[in-house]
Amino acid sequence: MGSSTIFRIENVSKRYGATVALHNANLAVRAGSIHAVLGENGAGKSTLMKIMAGVIGPNEGRMLLDDREVRFATPSRATDAGVICVFQELSLIPDLSVAENILLANPPRRLGMIDAKAQRRLAEEALTRAGAPDVHPNMLVRDLPLSRKQMVEIAKALARGPRILILDEATSALSQADVRTVFEVLKRLRAEGISLLYISHRMSEIEELADECTVFRNGRSIESFAAGAQSRQETIEMMIGREYKHVFPPKPLKPPNAPLTAPALTARGLNWSGQLNGINLELRPGEIVGLGGLDGQGQRELLLALFGVLRQWSGSIAVDGKPVRLDGPRAAKADAIGMALIPEDRKSEGLMLPMSVAENLTMAGLGRVSRFGVIDSNQERERVAELLKRLQIQTASPDVPVGSLSGGNQQKVVIAKWLLNNPRIFLLNDPTRGIDVGTKQELYRLLRGLADDGAAILFYSTDYDELIGCCDRALVMYRGRVVSELAGDNLTERQLLAGALNVSAIDEQKAAS
Amino acid sequence: MSDQANDWRFALQRHRGTAFAALLFVAIFTVYLSNHPAGFSWNVVQTAANKAALLAFVAAAQALVVITGGIDLSAGMILVLCNCLASTIVIGATPHALAGVVGVLVAGLACGALNGALVVVGRLQPIVATIATSAVFFGLALILRPSPGGSVDETLADLTTSQIGDTFPASLVFLAAVIAIVWIPFSRSIYGRAAYSIGSAQSAAFMSGLPIRRAQLLAYALAGLLSGVAGLYLTFFSYTGEAAYASGNSYTLYSIASVVLGGVSLAGGRGSLIGAVFGALAFRTIGDLLFIFNFDPLWQPLFQGFVLLVAVSLSSVSLLRVRNRLEWFA
Repeated sequence: MGSSTIFRIENVSKRYGATVALHNANLAVRAGSIHAVLGENGAGKSTLMKIMAGVIGPNEGRMLLDDREVRFATPSRATDAGVICVFQELSLIPDLSVAENILLANPPRRLGMIDAKAQRRLAEEALTRAGAPDVHPNMLVRDLPLSRKQMVEIAKALARGPRILILDEATSALSQADVRTVFEVLKRLRAEGISLLYISHRMSEIEELADECTVFRNGRSIESFAAGAQSRQETIEMMIGREYKHVFPPKPLKPPNAPLTAPALTARGLNWSGQLNGINLELRPGEIVGLGGLDGQGQRELLLALFGVLRQWSGSIAVDGKPVRLDGPRAAKADAIGMALIPEDRKSEGLMLPMSVAENLTMAGLGRVSRFGVIDSNQERERVAELLKRLQIQTASPDVPVGSLSGGNQQKVVIAKWLLNNPRIFLLNDPTRGIDVGTKQELYRLLRGLADDGAAILFYSTDYDELIGCCDRALVMYRGRVVSELAGDNLTERQLLAGALNVSAIDEQKAAS
Repeated sequence: MSDQANDWRFALQRHRGTAFAALLFVAIFTVYLSNHPAGFSWNVVQTAANKAALLAFVAAAQALVVITGGIDLSAGMILVLCNCLASTIVIGATPHALAGVVGVLVAGLACGALNGALVVVGRLQPIVATIATSAVFFGLALILRPSPGGSVDETLADLTTSQIGDTFPASLVFLAAVIAIVWIPFSRSIYGRAAYSIGSAQSAAFMSGLPIRRAQLLAYALAGLLSGVAGLYLTFFSYTGEAAYASGNSYTLYSIASVVLGGVSLAGGRGSLIGAVFGALAFRTIGDLLFIFNFDPLWQPLFQGFVLLVAVSLSSVSLLRVRNRLEWFA
């Protein structure tokens, strides 16, 4: 490859408090090439892209564009320099039209006013270049389906005249036909001399598109190589290999031929809005079932659907064998159902931050500490004291705002508040994200204890280590489906990653041997 | 479907709120005119137009701020302050009176800019910031005019509140001109677009590199200017200035009602000034409708409230289609 390097990242590091998101990362992008960036959840890919796009600043290291050092204080600085990012979380304005969005920050103007005709013409050109001439420039973005929004997002990037185009999972919502179109567009851009950074977890896409690959792991850039120089198997090996640092409580040993207990929760052919595509699931009392896969494959939606938050799903959900159609968390927590959901974002969906620890702890089980609708404060205090002790929540007093607690103790409150109801089915959405190791271990022990007492637990985690160490079996999701179920000796990081990437690692191992 | 037809369809979809408000106004006003005891006359139209134009200015001001996702609870008090100021300085020889007009407009603009600065620079919540400034503006008005009085240049007053060629009400021409001068450049500038973007998806607007701070500041400042125009116009209409607390507050509340009726989303990002103006005209006509039918005036607030409730309920119909219950709270 004779083309020269136009963008270079040297020893870039980014820390959030004690968490290292990126450590001495290096990357060199050549002109007119497609460079794939690979890695697991939390490998540092998204952090790197955000630094390149001027969304966040690095703590250390430097970036060189055309051999000159550059610093992007804001996204618009990066755009001015020709570094343009197509974000996974869409950056479109729903209430503006497609044309207005495509030329959002820099519309054509006449006498200081936006020239609507020229804007429309430019938008049509950009849409055609992006391979989406079917999108009407006057349509409101809010009325577009997700796949068209993604195409508009690409058109918006093209209209800005990129030199380096960063695509972060830019095809995740596209149909196969759209992916073909986008590929043709990307190849044409490459031929025009534009450099593309392509983040994707779809190995087949990377194999088709990429000229070069860089693998990230634990915030470090592990290796860069020419596409095709490494097999799928070798690439996966590079992506795994994190340190095992947690201590997990022992899993109960089940006799091999023990009769199965009746499932507490069953889902059959669950579909919702294109994001859940025929989910089958059985959750039995006493077991912890992990949910794996890369971020955003429908895990959150599955938990919300089971908890009654989503509407208009099809398929069936049954509790104790009886079909149910819950109309919200209130119905889900009722005694007859006995569900609890620990949400992913404790600050917005789990806690009332300004309210006290005690008030938060009894929030979900107020009926149990009140008589005739009046809260019995003596009883409330007793229950709160029990919960604080049971989960060893560190707080100066039950009456301080819950927002003043450390992240780990806040998370304990989120879980503890459901315990008053003695739920039989726990749904957990990545409950250990951003909390310290010590608290994590306490949570694992708590979950195992609940399971031993007969609770059925569905545990979504982005941390494979947890899925392996804490769960009796794990379901791996990919594009709204359960693509593999792993248990026992099969529950390994390699298998989890293979499932998450939707490639069959076992077959390849056989083929290699 | 042809491209041309598509253009129309999308344009209609986008301006649905504005079109609804315009139709609502035309319908109610037709009922009003055809049942008026005096029958159709330009005098009837003039009286109705003068009253409605006042609210329309404040509603337009409110809409500018609401589009950015904010709210201006001081709009009515800016009107009161500018009314008191106008009754003091828009007097004397023509050059002096015209200088007074400029002074009133600058005062309105400054009030709005203060609101904007508190929200953008001080990062106060719009409700809190404008409640506080509304008290400040009323306080200033009271100091300026402890008891009702003052006067205003009669030539200017008659020019803007009478009829053109003894037929069409001048107030509507005045209203249309002011709205056009403020709205057309604003809505077609990058700041106007940024204002909508802030109300629609603030973080996406930031990520796209739009000038969100300046746009917000400008929206609040122009809102102050329009409230100031309303204050000036009230003076032309009443020939006096008065620091009227109740009237200031009701203008604020009615401006919010008009904005909602005019299809401007209180969540921000949707609607237009034109819609808000029609909303104000419709809201005023609803209030007058009862007089036509000889109902007891006691019924007016109840009736007005009921019509408003029905009109705003129509905008919630789309919530029935939500597939994720969490979106109800987003």
